[in-house]
Amino acid sequence: MSDTLLEVLPEIPEDAHNPVEPFLRMDRMPHIWCPGCGIGTTVNCFARALQSSQVDLKKTVIVSGIGCTGRVAGYANLDSFHTTHGRAIPFATGMKLANPELNVVVYSGDGDLFAIGGNHFIHAARRNMDIKVVCVNNMIYAMTGGQTAPTTPGTSVTSTAPYGVYEPTFNLPALAEAAGASYVARWTTFHVKQVAKSMEEMMKKKGFCFIEIISPCPTLYQRRNKMGDALDAMKYYKEASKVRNGAPTSETTLSKTGEIVVGKFVDRDRPDYLEVLKAQMVSVLGDRYTEPENSCCEC
Amino acid sequence: MAKGFVVISAERCKGCGFCVEFCPTKVLALASAFNSKGYHPPHVVNSDKCSGCDLCGMYCPDFAIFGARNAR
Ligand SMILES: Cc1ncc(C[n+]2csc(CCOP(=O)(O)OP(=O)(O)O)c2C)c(N)n1
Ligand code: SF4
Ligand code: SF4
Ligand code: SF4
Ligand SMILES: [Mg+2]
Repeated sequence: MSDTLLEVLPEIPEDAHNPVEPFLRMDRMPHIWCPGCGIGTTVNCFARALQSSQVDLKKTVIVSGIGCTGRVAGYANLDSFHTTHGRAIPFATGMKLANPELNVVVYSGDGDLFAIGGNHFIHAARRNMDIKVVCVNNMIYAMTGGQTAPTTPGTSVTSTAPYGVYEPTFNLPALAEAAGASYVARWTTFHVKQVAKSMEEMMKKKGFCFIEIISPCPTLYQRRNKMGDALDAMKYYKEASKVRNGAPTSETTLSKTGEIVVGKFVDRDRPDYLEVLKAQMVSVLGDRYTEPENSCCEC
Repeated sequence: MAKGFVVISAERCKGCGFCVEFCPTKVLALASAFNSKGYHPPHVVNSDKCSGCDLCGMYCPDFAIFGARNAR
């Protein structure tokens, strides 16, 4: 703890430290995110999930695309990969195929994963690639100035829709389920305990997992829509959220100010990409099939 | 003695108020003082009530606060 403490109460033990610190690159703080930006809150949940799931941190990698959320990889104290816009999933897929022992987490924004990267998302889900995808959905392209995303709800004003968005949006849990994901959950940044628990489940689950976290962007989404500050967004999430575990994903569409259906919607088992690949090769080639050697060095 | 304690890194705080709003026992309030970046960090107004649950730490987007249980 290098920072000045405003409150040092006599009973605080000297070695007390924030439990998230070992999972972050504290030398890179303060981070770039705005006051009240929800991305940092999701990172707390992720740090706790890394701890509670007891994954081997030496075999866990985090891959981000580009955007405000894309910065998460650079702050996580893991092997971190900040890739190109929209390409976190193919990059992660390549890592998983090259070294199947890795736990591969993709952490990125709604624009990155569902606009430019949308095709990669559906195909990785279809293949049941064993990667874990966390989407911080702030309903906007934040980093580049607040342009309309495929997740921006109708009538919102954005820098590219000064008269209001009129296109229908993606319902991300429905998209993930239809494409074949093994695990699908949605929470908001108000639901910190539930996010941490879902992330723990995701780390332990085999196959393509997807967690959507609705998150405030006071600077580039809320301000243009006169939606107050980040705390107002958090209060809205608290009031408008309805926990419906197992809800049909056809009922999870979001709107600008309406109900937010949250919960775990899908948790199913089907063979993942590498299992299917092996089964097919063995059935065709029999003894002639040998597993590819893992050429990655021990570290 | 309170069940827990809370530690605030005032310089890292950006004054969003999440910790104040969502502390279940209302241990915190935003201070009228500024940190060097011009934000109002939280301060402890009700230390006896702190359970050390660390919900404030889970909410804080800036990793600027955490709670922990007292030994015993
Ligand atoms: C190939 C390419 N096209 C466009 C961009 C510009 N760009 C950077 S981030 C971004 C959108 C980010 O939105 P999102 O993924 O939702 O992240 P957020 O900033 O909202 O967290 C865009 C369009 C880019 N960097 N590269
Ligand atoms: S612009 Fe929005 S998403 Fe980006 S750091 Fe600021 S609040 Fe967060
Ligand atoms: S949650 Fe963190 S950044 Fe927000 S007011 Fe509390 S200490 Fe400051
Ligand atoms: S540790 Fe819990 S009780 Fe103590 S200040 Fe934080 S949220 Fe409140
Ligand atoms: Mg976004």
